[in-house]
Amino acid sequence: MSENIIEKIQRKKMKRRSFLKWSGAVAAPAIIGSSTAVSNKLKITAETTDEATEEKVITTCGTLNCGGRCLIKAHLKDGVITHLSTDTKEDTFDLPQLRACVRGRGYRQFFYNPDRLKRPMKRVGKRGEGKFEEISWEEAIDYIAEELTRITEEHGPSCRYSNYASGHSGSIIGAGNMAQKLFGLTGGYLGYHNSYSSAQTSTATPYTYGTTETGSTLNTLSDSKLIILWGHNPVETRFGLTDFYVKKAKENGVKIVVIDPRKSDTAVALADEWIPIAPTTDTAMMDAMMYVIISENLYDKKFVDKHCIGFDEEHMPEDVPEGESLKSYILGEKDGVPKTPEWAEEICKVPAGTIQNLAREYATNKPSALMQGYGPQRQAFGEQFTRGGTILAAITGNVGVRGGWASGQGSINLVTTTPVPKGENPLGELTIPCFLWTDAVVRGTEMGEEDGVKGLPDGQDTLPSNMKVMFNLAGNTLINQHADCNKTAEILQDESLLELIVVSEVFMTPSAKFADILLPSNTFMERWDIGSTWAPSQHAILSEKCIESMYDSKSDYEWLTMLAKKLGVEEEFTEGRSQLDWVKWSIEESRKEDPNFPTFEEFRENGVYQPSVEENTVIAFEKEIKDPDNNKFETPSGKIEIFSKDLWDMDNHEEIPAIPKHVHSWEGPEDPLIEEYPLQLIGWHYKRRCHSSFDNNKWLEEIGPQVLWMNESDASDRNINDGDMVKIFNERGEIQMPVEVTNRMMPGVAAIPQGAWWDPDENGVDQRGNINTLTGYRPSPLAKGNPQHTNLCEIEKL
Amino acid sequence: MVQMGFYINSQLCTGCNACVVACKDKNDLDVGINFRRVYEHTEGGYGKSNQGITQNVQTFFTSISCNHCDEPKCMENCPTTAMYKREEDGVVVIDHDKCVGCRYCEWNCPYGAPQYNEELGKMTKCDTCLDLREAGEEPACVAACPMRAIEFGPIEELREKYGDTADVRGLPSSSITKPNLVINAHKDASK
Repeated sequence: MSENIIEKIQRKKMKRRSFLKWSGAVAAPAIIGSSTAVSNKLKITAETTDEATEEKVITTCGTLNCGGRCLIKAHLKDGVITHLSTDTKEDTFDLPQLRACVRGRGYRQFFYNPDRLKRPMKRVGKRGEGKFEEISWEEAIDYIAEELTRITEEHGPSCRYSNYASGHSGSIIGAGNMAQKLFGLTGGYLGYHNSYSSAQTSTATPYTYGTTETGSTLNTLSDSKLIILWGHNPVETRFGLTDFYVKKAKENGVKIVVIDPRKSDTAVALADEWIPIAPTTDTAMMDAMMYVIISENLYDKKFVDKHCIGFDEEHMPEDVPEGESLKSYILGEKDGVPKTPEWAEEICKVPAGTIQNLAREYATNKPSALMQGYGPQRQAFGEQFTRGGTILAAITGNVGVRGGWASGQGSINLVTTTPVPKGENPLGELTIPCFLWTDAVVRGTEMGEEDGVKGLPDGQDTLPSNMKVMFNLAGNTLINQHADCNKTAEILQDESLLELIVVSEVFMTPSAKFADILLPSNTFMERWDIGSTWAPSQHAILSEKCIESMYDSKSDYEWLTMLAKKLGVEEEFTEGRSQLDWVKWSIEESRKEDPNFPTFEEFRENGVYQPSVEENTVIAFEKEIKDPDNNKFETPSGKIEIFSKDLWDMDNHEEIPAIPKHVHSWEGPEDPLIEEYPLQLIGWHYKRRCHSSFDNNKWLEEIGPQVLWMNESDASDRNINDGDMVKIFNERGEIQMPVEVTNRMMPGVAAIPQGAWWDPDENGVDQRGNINTLTGYRPSPLAKGNPQHTNLCEIEKL
Repeated sequence: MVQMGFYINSQLCTGCNACVVACKDKNDLDVGINFRRVYEHTEGGYGKSNQGITQNVQTFFTSISCNHCDEPKCMENCPTTAMYKREEDGVVVIDHDKCVGCRYCEWNCPYGAPQYNEELGKMTKCDTCLDLREAGEEPACVAACPMRAIEFGPIEELREKYGDTADVRGLPSSSITKPNLVINAHKDASK
């Protein structure tokens, strides 16, 4: 018999030196609180525990920006969490257990990690060098208050910014929001719109439907005949309970197709068919599916006539020239290029026959659910991917029906939790797209509407000031999760640009190294909050404080209150409430909207609010489709807009077409740059991390090491073997890391799991494997979003 | 004696490793010591169809702990008789008063189940979470699986419900140790 998998994995393990190096970095003894010492194994066994002490179990929830929002039970003895368990209630289709994934199971290595930041610190070296000296909280607050006042007097309040962040931030009491509240109370600030997760889909989806609320409750998936998960990987991203309900649909006999350049864990376990596709070319395949559906008369004519605008020349808005409808484009009536499966095959690498079959299956097996992930919208023209999915759903009549799916963003709010209000910004709704904050640092006073700036006061074309003050709380987008780390580092290092950088963190992350003042944050285990899942939202969990704040850490709300006091606005900032008071306030506010929302006492008793999905089933746009006369879509035409007049009027028809089109992507397979950098490089959300959180968790590193994924044929062309150290490079930078040669990656594409902590050597060569060493600054055209899966690179053996 | 065993629904195993880390958390296991492990197996490759790419890539995961075998090689080859099978439920456990950490059990187990603990100088392994079971709970891995793909119970009942497959691609032959394991093989894993 050939080598079995057990031998193979053990042989492989030995080769991963970088893994051993990394795990060794967290091998110092942990100190819990000030007196209880435990070993680095967090070992709390009978011999160290007073057996007379009763075990206490507290239900809580990780409020990092993690998609699952699982239920965590912390088992405590003598105030120390000895282990965690998860939901054990009766497990039904209607009310499934909210079981923690691997990340939740590894939390003890997060909050009891010996490497936690312990005391406030002030920078002593150059910016980014990571040299600090310890100071007291009072000294830190004094310094921030003085510098904030000085810089604001010099540059005006619009120079102040609280960065997009989603790390230890919290849920209803978001750290960044609270910083904005404080800025608002002391003159104002520059805000942001968009997110790094879903900028393009959030912007593009409403052009079709008028809203981002296009999701149905997930129980309806069992009523589908076919589910297409397009760039959607709920098993690893932990997208609410999506994996659970897709599994139930599979058990119900529903066929599942996954489209992804990488054979994801979702594809392995849930798919009947996996279709690899070249990144940035999804819309070409969608166009070709539309070609099959239109040319073979498989579209839902009645639905399209009644509910849509822009399908053919007979249903177009006024003042648009002829030949601009979807049908005209797809059949090539104007440009002479019919968007046939053969045309698409050359671009997206999916065989014409496969496209044809899928198009026929999708259009004829109704209802079918085409669910779009956020990966493909994080591309150069991700807006087109979003629009393409929504239009496929519309022309096949899969909108508003149980078992169908409207596609697009897919949000739904079955449970709403009320966040702590951040108050008014005296500067109004002045915002930039969050991805363009580095631009605002360098050339803010040149940035106007064409850069996506919103809310400029009358008579002002550009931002009043460059960004000068950065509060980066609970986040790694200061460098790690932003694009082009080397360029970003240069901007951050220049002290004439940003004059004050305040960072709060749990660990010495790459972003933390760029702080002027670095503050140690506590974790969700040490404070009160309420967690609610990513869309489709189906539950809320009380995130109960389980242990006291460790070391000299504080929650962001606590130290911002200190700063508010120093600036003379404490009462306005807190409104007299502690964090626990705000949780109770939020519950009461939520109860005003939803009387079934539990009281604080009920919440504490049960830990979770999980309404019945069967009794509260939502089908997106059901009423708009059943009774269109009385229920208009929230679009300008009141219908589903296959053709958007608003987009047409932007007059950038090549990059922002009015109907969804495949647009040749920069750094896609059609870019001539591919001659120099022949491999497409994408990132993916790795099961062992939530964005960049947990990268230093040794348990999770063991189950998911940081490796580059590369196809066998691409590897052999370069004489690269499994486990080799390689360099991955393009004109923006270089990474050196180990490779996993695997055919789960399609030829021509390589992938690095995103979120690893940027670790440059003296030459700026990243030694850990952060894909953003190689990603670029150019934003997507409509949303001005981050297109971070749009990269060309070359790979060589070291 | 009612022999206990595990059922793994590999069809649904996503390779997430929640079972592995839940086990580590419950048993305080450091890096390198894994009472439960998840193995990935990938075969197959790509072809061309005109300009397009076709594929026959086959991937599956197998989650394995100790199989509490009928003929445990770890026990047969233990020179100190530290490794033994509990009479009441057939669970294979280690008497740490006898174990000298010679690692013969590790070498002899085809599944890699016994795990050497350097700090203790002794072998350690899955005991099916005896303490949790005594308290009426499931083993940590069973309660952890987000796909509900692991079950634990009397092996005869599991075999009645799910068949008696313990031979899938990549695993050692069940004839070696007669494992108390039932696998619902992934479509890519059938032998």
